[in-house]
Amino acid sequence: MKSRCAAFVVIALCSLSGAARAQKNEPVIGLITKTDTNPFFVKMKEGAQAAAKAGGAKLLTGAGKNDGDNAAQVTAMENMIAAGAKAILITVNDAKAIVPAVRKARAKGVLVIALDSPTDPVTATDALFASDNYRAGTLIGRYAKAALAGKRPRIATLDLFPGTPVGSQRHNGFLTGMGFAAPERSSNVLGRPAEVVCMADSYGNQTRGQTGMENCIQKNPDINLVYTVNEPTAAGAYKALKAAGKEKGVVIVSVDGGCQGIRDVGAGHIAATAQQYPLKMAALGVAAGLDYLMTGKKPSGFTETAVTLIAAKPMKGVDSRDVKTGMELCFGDK
Amino acid sequence: MSIVMQARRLVKRYGHVTALDGTDFELSAGEILAVIGDNGAGKSSLIKVLSGATIPDEGEIILDGSTVHFRNPMDARRAGIETVYQDLAVAPAMTIAENLFLGRELRRSGVRGEVFRMLDKKRMLVESAAHMQELKIGIGSMTQTVETLSGGQRQGVAVARSAAFARHVVIMDEPTASLGVKEGAMVLELIRRVRDRGLSVVLVSHNMPHVFEIADRIHVMRLGKRVAVLNPKTISMSDAVAVMTGAMRPDELPAGSSANGSSHSDG
Amino acid sequence: MNNWREKLPPLTAVGPLLALLFTCAFFTLQSDRFLTGENLSLVLQQVMVVGVIAIGQTLIILTAGVDLSCGMVMALGGIVMTKLATELGMPVALAIACGIGVTTLFGLINGVLVTAVRLPPFIVTLGTMNIAFAITQLYSNSQTITDLPDAMNALGGTFKISGTSIVYGVVLMLMLYVIAWFGLRETAAGKHVYAVGNNAESARLTGIATTRVLLGVYVLAGIFYGIASLLSVARTGVGDPNAGQTENLDAITAVVLGGTSLFGGRGAVLGSLVGALIVGVFRNGLTLMGVSSVYQVLITGILVILAVATDQLSRRSGR
Repeated sequence: MKSRCAAFVVIALCSLSGAARAQKNEPVIGLITKTDTNPFFVKMKEGAQAAAKAGGAKLLTGAGKNDGDNAAQVTAMENMIAAGAKAILITVNDAKAIVPAVRKARAKGVLVIALDSPTDPVTATDALFASDNYRAGTLIGRYAKAALAGKRPRIATLDLFPGTPVGSQRHNGFLTGMGFAAPERSSNVLGRPAEVVCMADSYGNQTRGQTGMENCIQKNPDINLVYTVNEPTAAGAYKALKAAGKEKGVVIVSVDGGCQGIRDVGAGHIAATAQQYPLKMAALGVAAGLDYLMTGKKPSGFTETAVTLIAAKPMKGVDSRDVKTGMELCFGDK
Repeated sequence: MSIVMQARRLVKRYGHVTALDGTDFELSAGEILAVIGDNGAGKSSLIKVLSGATIPDEGEIILDGSTVHFRNPMDARRAGIETVYQDLAVAPAMTIAENLFLGRELRRSGVRGEVFRMLDKKRMLVESAAHMQELKIGIGSMTQTVETLSGGQRQGVAVARSAAFARHVVIMDEPTASLGVKEGAMVLELIRRVRDRGLSVVLVSHNMPHVFEIADRIHVMRLGKRVAVLNPKTISMSDAVAVMTGAMRPDELPAGSSANGSSHSDG
Repeated sequence: MNNWREKLPPLTAVGPLLALLFTCAFFTLQSDRFLTGENLSLVLQQVMVVGVIAIGQTLIILTAGVDLSCGMVMALGGIVMTKLATELGMPVALAIACGIGVTTLFGLINGVLVTAVRLPPFIVTLGTMNIAFAITQLYSNSQTITDLPDAMNALGGTFKISGTSIVYGVVLMLMLYVIAWFGLRETAAGKHVYAVGNNAESARLTGIATTRVLLGVYVLAGIFYGIASLLSVARTGVGDPNAGQTENLDAITAVVLGGTSLFGGRGAVLGSLVGALIVGVFRNGLTLMGVSSVYQVLITGILVILAVATDQLSRRSGR
């Protein structure tokens, strides 16, 4: 028993000194993503690792177990700070719930930058590098309006799940682009004008997207426009429409810009998608973190990384890029 | 009276504890032999060895004249020895018929039985009714689940199961414990009928009145050995208890108290 | 007289069926699109993956165990078979066999840990759940696998019965249920599963090979998960590394709603089909009504408590 205690103490001392050593040798930056499994975040991690290596910093990574998992992110943040991280980049799962942990970190002098999704309030973090999800939704909404060419829209929305800023912003942005009155960007409520005849939650995955679309088709067989919160959902929606023989007459729009999604645009399954750039976000974030660690200068405010509309068929009055460009810039397996 | 089952110099140790210290055992054909003893005297260890649940460290068991070695309870069952455990070992949610044939289910004949391994539920129902009838256990439907039965009726099911499949010996561990007066009497009657069917019964019990009411002979265990075999008709209950607790030595017993044959102690 | 009485299922089996019929009646009143052949066929399709998983889960719960890894193992099977078929160009039948082989292997691992190492099933499957999930993500690199050979999607194909399309996979699911029902009710092995669940020690004393029964149950469940993964692939047309996450708890919910007791030894496998249908009908019906999916989660939770309470009450009253 005694020898076990002694060993424990030795190990504890070593790790403490190891942490201290890490601090002295190289700067440590932490990256916490929403999940480990969405290719969007896989790409973000890769970008951050490359940028950190190039800048001579050590990158620690962590993530939630699933979309919405706040507790794991809080734990990751605490562990990273204990391991010596002086800058933390985080794509928050829960905009409000993460704030106390962020405030604690900043009080210790740690720089906290939100990536991709803002905290609530936005000012809780030092800075926000995000693509504007509302703007992404607006872009595809405008495209959809043009694609419908004056036909009366009968819309199905396949959303994420209740209460997420990303889901709400994309949804409400889409409605704004279509020309409807919709809640503004800070709202978590999903707008529902009369033209939206069916709403279902997809949890961002393909199977639930398919199930949601199947049920919506049952409810309103004459749906002609489908908004999907991300591309796996869109793939599921397309499968359901195809099985019902309706895929030719329905416009599907989405957000993300992953390589699989761009392929789907090229194949005509998705009419248009708003492409976002996780690599760019990560690179900007790491650069800002390194800057802080070297010079103590903190970034501030909202830095928007681009959103590009990718469509196979361009529409008059709506600026978009083609599939080839989309494939060059996409994230995921090419 | 011929001897149906015999054990000689059984030893069983659990670590530093010696549960059986070279004990002997004899069971005559068609008798009810009660095994009594204080806590820790070795009753349950003896029973476990005889039923195949435990393998003795030393000693031998002789069944019907030939030596046998039981490696598990199934071996004992195959040799024709059935045991009714203290907790009955029945499946409460299953029916009486299912419980009676648990582990030895009957299959239908022909393709249905061989290829599809279908159970012959009708035959099992009929046969279980017959077994229960033979022992005059009064339960109406074989499709009742065991958990709906009273304690005494459940005991009846367990006893019927053993009696149905035993060929030589039925061992019962505390069959009347936790039963009321009426049900206890019912179970005793049941045990007599089992004996009347030609089986020999070994009965472990703490309940002296019941032992004295039903046993032909009484095997007394003390400190891992058999110290006496008594005749319940000639010895008093208090003297039997005295021998069991050690207050009276076997050689102090009044004349004629011992049962025939093996009245000497083994140590 | 006794004959037809004994053939009647107990209250815990009839209850779920009544609940399902009541739910269907309710939604029929709420939406005229509910009770169409097309819609009902759709519900069956949406339920077929969970339905097959629930068969395996029923076997395990009957032995007083539980398998928290079912959905994740199914996802792993799907990734294995689709990856082998697309990247390695393996013939479809062989790829499918490998996928089912992997899920069966996980079933074996669960079974060995429960029987040989004597760990509680809850803990074991909690561990294998995470392991299966991680392997799936790593092996697939978190990417969905597309462009599957047509043969792999075969079970997603349909045939028509008087104008309504029925998916082949649904027929397979129903057949599997019949086989499982038969095995549990009409064979000695089935009875032994119930006996082990009722009281494992008693079963052992009556001479039942409890270890073999338990091991068999987990391995069989693994096979069912493998078949479910094929159905999942056929339904969506892709290998999805994030599949199975909702199916995990949905399968256990289906078993409990179907009247099988979590304490083991009681229940009917057909009940799990009813339970799975109840969940599927709610999801479909509420969307047709335009009600938020959060209510579906709420109602499912209430139903689970009702189901367990009914089970307990009927046990106490004896039938």
